[in-house]
Amino acid sequence: MSTQTSGLAIETSGLVKTFGGTRAVDGVDLAVPSGTVYGLLGPNGAGKTTTVKMLATLLRPDGGEARVFGLDVLHEADEVRGRVSLTGQYASVDEDLTGTENLVLLGRLLGHGKRGARERAARLLAAFGLTDAAAKQVKQYSGGMRRRIDIAASILNTPDLLFLDEPTAGLDPRSRNQVWDIVRAVVAQGTTVLLTTQYLDEADQLAARIAVIDKGRVIAEGTKGELKASVGAGSVHLRLRDAGQRLLAADLLGRVLDARVQPEPDPLALTARLGTAAGEATAAGQAARALDELARAGVVVDNFSLGQPSLDEVFLALTGHGAHDLRDGSEDEVAA
Amino acid sequence: MSTTMTTESRDPAPVSTDSLAALLVAEERPPRPGAWSASLTFGWRAVLKIKHVPEQLFDVTAFPIMMVLLYTYLFGGALAGSPEEYLQFLLPGILVLSVVMITMYTGIAVNADIQKGVFDRFRSLPVWRPSTMVGYLLGDALRYTIASVVILTVGLVLGYRPEGGSGGVLAGTVLLLVFSFAFSWIWTMFGLMLRSEKSVMGVSMLVIFPLTFLSNVFVDPRTMPGWLQAFVNNSPVTHLASAVRGLMGGGRPADDIAWALGWSGLFVLVFGPITMRLYNRK
Repeated sequence: MSTQTSGLAIETSGLVKTFGGTRAVDGVDLAVPSGTVYGLLGPNGAGKTTTVKMLATLLRPDGGEARVFGLDVLHEADEVRGRVSLTGQYASVDEDLTGTENLVLLGRLLGHGKRGARERAARLLAAFGLTDAAAKQVKQYSGGMRRRIDIAASILNTPDLLFLDEPTAGLDPRSRNQVWDIVRAVVAQGTTVLLTTQYLDEADQLAARIAVIDKGRVIAEGTKGELKASVGAGSVHLRLRDAGQRLLAADLLGRVLDARVQPEPDPLALTARLGTAAGEATAAGQAARALDELARAGVVVDNFSLGQPSLDEVFLALTGHGAHDLRDGSEDEVAA
Repeated sequence: MSTTMTTESRDPAPVSTDSLAALLVAEERPPRPGAWSASLTFGWRAVLKIKHVPEQLFDVTAFPIMMVLLYTYLFGGALAGSPEEYLQFLLPGILVLSVVMITMYTGIAVNADIQKGVFDRFRSLPVWRPSTMVGYLLGDALRYTIASVVILTVGLVLGYRPEGGSGGVLAGTVLLLVFSFAFSWIWTMFGLMLRSEKSVMGVSMLVIFPLTFLSNVFVDPRTMPGWLQAFVNNSPVTHLASAVRGLMGGGRPADDIAWALGWSGLFVLVFGPITMRLYNRK
């Protein structure tokens, strides 16, 4: 069936796209293995969507090369379109039509007969829990339902490669989890997924490999483990019952976890940044040991949480500036 | 309709990953639809939009009725002695003017789809590239047909008696539809080129008003100054109006028909490729 020779779903080298004077994508190299979820992680304006649009043949690259399953996105665009599918805010469905009408329309455009398109639409709507809303106009859907119909529209024919451009932006945690389940089901059937996201935990939940993208460039690439190792395993947040015990707790945590401990503005709270060389394999393991030690020393802990490194921390570690500074900066550039 | 509010707040049924998995098992993909089939499917979408947003038919029903009544009774007496006399001359012309004017909504529809975010999904599909655009125009052809029927009906009620009979009226209407389909490629171009619906509207007005009013729709060009005659006599709308008037009046205006079809071909040949270039490069 497939024509891939290298086992790569996506291969780009030196991909460039400029808008006016801004280099939105500035020499991106990617190698996305088939059959996995690959995360493109970065803040707004980093060039994620522009990259996806070039790979999905919606934008012409200004420089460099991009191949999808070995097919050139510029010269073999039509063949590429036959194998990929995309979902993003800009590639949605028609709000004026009902859920069924949208899916039947797209089914017909993908070559299904009238009956086949109707059957496929009904089955998809049922699988996505949208049967009750099938006859309603999409503009009446909630955010979570909207995202489901968008994804359903993208898998009318099971694509070899699915682009999901910020599929959970603006969703509540429950809807977000459901989208994650869908993504897992899709990739389990052999489809490659290129996922763009601003959320580290989303990339962490779904992606096998992650490329961190900033100002149009890939600044880090690797498996989740590799990436995390570069920024530490996360942080432990504590809130004590007695402010007088904070010094003692800080001292203990520093020793047990081999971590940098910072007092918070709240006199009862402190945060320990976990390193990677603390002997334990997981952050949770380290934290459990720390709690144990604290209890033995008689420190009363009221509140305890274990945090993943945030996107901000990743950016701080990789670039020396936070994601939010960067976001503000890039918006200024666009406005100028 | 009354359930809208409850749907918003109520959670939809859960996603069934099992049936999803069954659906995703790679089946043989059906063969791609042909150019005509894809265009018709996009045309079907335009018809569905009319079904869901029937207000958009306002411009093809109320507007033409208003035009016919306005011009017949406002100018009829002054220009031709009586409204009934004038109507015999005016009706084919006002039919042409109204339908050509409402073609400009094509550009606005294209632009609205780009803004709303359904456009890139269509562009990412492996179908014959122009089919999206042809679909818009097929849907619009339906609207032009409705407008034509409305205007002709109002005309007949007011006393228009075409000497060409039903055959002449039908031939004139078909010519008008062919021309409008071809002419609309200008609007698909503007719809893709300009940034907002407002700018599409503004530019469209700027093109459509001089083009339709500077023609022989309302009066004989011989009453106009020479420099204006030079423009009016060579305007595509004048050729089309003469051809439609001739056909409906029972004549065989071969020259004017040839001119109208020639203009149609020219519009498709020039603005079709520009539209598709913009569509592919967007």
